[in-house]
Amino acid sequence: MNIVVCLKRVPDTETRVRIDAEGTGIETDGVKYVMSPYDEFALEGALRAREAAGTGEVALVTLGDAASGETLRQGLAMGADRAVLLDGTVTPDGLATAKAIAAEIEGVDAPLVLLGVKAADDDQQQVGPMLAVVLGRPCATGVVEFAVEGAVVRCERETEGGTEVLELPLPAVLTITKGAYEPRYASLKGIMAAKKKPLEQKSAIAVEPGLVVERLELPPDRPPGRVVGEGPEAVPELVRLLREEAKVL
Amino acid sequence: MEEQLREAVRSLCRGYPESYWGALDRERAYPEAFVRELSEAGYLSCLIPEAFGGGGLGIREAGIVLEEINRSGGNAAACHAQMYTMGTLLRHGSEEQKKRYLPEIADGRLRLQAFAVTEPDAGSDTTSISTFAAREGDRYVVRGKKIFISRVQHSDLMILLARTTRRADVDRKTDGMSVFLVDLRNVGDRLRVQPVDTMINHETNELFFDDVEIPSDALIGEEGKGFAYILSGMNAERILLASESIGDALYFTDRATRYAGERTVFGRPIGQNQGVQFPVAGAYIRSRAAAALRDQAADLYDRAEPCGAEANMCKLVASEAAWEAANAAMDVFGGYGLAEEYGIERKFREARLYLVAPVSNNLVLSYVGQHVLGMPRSF
Ligand SMILES: Cc1cc2nc3c(=O)[nH]c(=O)nc-3n(C[C@H](O)[C@H](O)[C@H](O)COP(=O)(O)OP(=O)(O)OC[C@H]3O[C@@H](n4cnc5c(N)ncnc54)[C@H](O)[C@@H]3O)c2cc1C
Repeated sequence: MNIVVCLKRVPDTETRVRIDAEGTGIETDGVKYVMSPYDEFALEGALRAREAAGTGEVALVTLGDAASGETLRQGLAMGADRAVLLDGTVTPDGLATAKAIAAEIEGVDAPLVLLGVKAADDDQQQVGPMLAVVLGRPCATGVVEFAVEGAVVRCERETEGGTEVLELPLPAVLTITKGAYEPRYASLKGIMAAKKKPLEQKSAIAVEPGLVVERLELPPDRPPGRVVGEGPEAVPELVRLLREEAKVL
Repeated sequence: MEEQLREAVRSLCRGYPESYWGALDRERAYPEAFVRELSEAGYLSCLIPEAFGGGGLGIREAGIVLEEINRSGGNAAACHAQMYTMGTLLRHGSEEQKKRYLPEIADGRLRLQAFAVTEPDAGSDTTSISTFAAREGDRYVVRGKKIFISRVQHSDLMILLARTTRRADVDRKTDGMSVFLVDLRNVGDRLRVQPVDTMINHETNELFFDDVEIPSDALIGEEGKGFAYILSGMNAERILLASESIGDALYFTDRATRYAGERTVFGRPIGQNQGVQFPVAGAYIRSRAAAALRDQAADLYDRAEPCGAEANMCKLVASEAAWEAANAAMDVFGGYGLAEEYGIERKFREARLYLVAPVSNNLVLSYVGQHVLGMPRSF
């Protein structure tokens, strides 16, 4: 069975974010980019499903600029079979991204489409479910483990205090979160082989975003702590402040 | 490609945090699990041509692998020899030898990790070695003593430099030495291995050859030309160990930078003081200079051009940068630098080795003085 995995190139989660001069994006100078960690889980899940089935291919799709090719190569080095780079601008509008990706996936014979539960940069959790709607397929989000069984895919989700098991008819869209799929790293053979795997680059279809970022702000510096006194005598005052000022009691 | 390689090695190393290396250090144990995983993922065989099942990459990429291991807090010395001995086998070994050993080395079944040159009376002065391999029919009989021969107990194969003509009987002192690929699995008990305890977790040994018999087809290349063969191996070794030192230097500057931002003294992070910043910044700059020299040496080596000067120089600059960074980090960490739990003291001990091995920095200076600058010979 063929599987498509949608990937996003995002700033390394350890990046110290600085806001750019326009105040609507982040300073990209000196930022290191990585594959969004949730997408790595999705890719790992796809690779294991292909290995379990013994047939089929794992194709990668990303919307982004030419530099996203590096992220795709990384995915190919981990074991994906081919990749498509949809050359276009990533906007904060999840629906625009979903439509651009759907235009590519519609023509592909792949009953299973996997994405990370969210992109580690904007945390919106939109693209997966929206892609499912655009494609007209069922969707399970926040999946920790899945198994393809004939014409259905069984998914496990972690809910408060328990596990939920869902069954979706194929074709379906799943968004994957941390769980069973600790991503593998690329072996040297994988890296060498990736150089020869197909990486197709095409223009993304133009979708007018319905959402624009007006302003980005860093969280305010936390005010310094305050010492209200020492020893047991200070307790009543501390309790009063926690109740009346901080309103946490 | 380079960045991808770095990332992949980093992810592998994340499975072996400093606590892993710290525990091994206390037990003086070999990083078996790490070396196995590194081999299985193909990184240790990156220099072996693809035709023999290896990665078919150059010394530059091999150096990057080792650099990233050391930068992560690990110690690549446990397994680096497979890479630097490779040139000797690849460039001078026969097709027959390559076919016999390389595929199994490539997939990790065989380990070629020991390189026996140094003797009690021949350290810096390699041509003074006296271990002798006498040809007797279809075999050589080896007699002599080696010291500081690392990883013998974790190797299947060992490269051995021995005299086949006595020094007194050759015109040039560099003549009359030969290189052998010794199969340690069937060498018998006439080779005695006596561990040398050192201040680091590094298996190194004294070897006593008491008429050890090795088959004549273990000879690499032509008899008597061995010194030239291992020189190219030594250049590879210098470039690779320089890479480890660069990794060490960056390990120290990474750790020191982080700690300097966290540790508050006199109400502010210590890193705010330029007296704390400058030594770390200086060491970082010199590690970058070392990396530039290393890249230059590696490119020459990979094009099979002469690179003796560059290989030696990058080894000196890199080992000094690592040592400078080690001391800077020790200062930044204050008393905690000495606490085992912090890992700094372990890396500090490990980084010290490369000022003397595989070649002492004095010998690098004399090489450059005499062979690059053309000053009078001192020996
Ligand atoms: C942990 C460890 C692992 C090792 N692993 C291996 C291994 O696997 N295989 C192997 O073959 N060897 C190995 N070695 C040996 C290493 O290569 C030698 O220690 C090194 O070459 C120096 O030789 P030496 O110790 O005999 O020092 P010496 O040659 O005795 O030198 C002592 C000091 O005198 C200085 N000196 C000597 N002559 C001059 C001169 N003309 N001008 C200026 N200074 C001079 C040197 O620079 C040095 O500082 C290892 C060593 C150690 C410590």
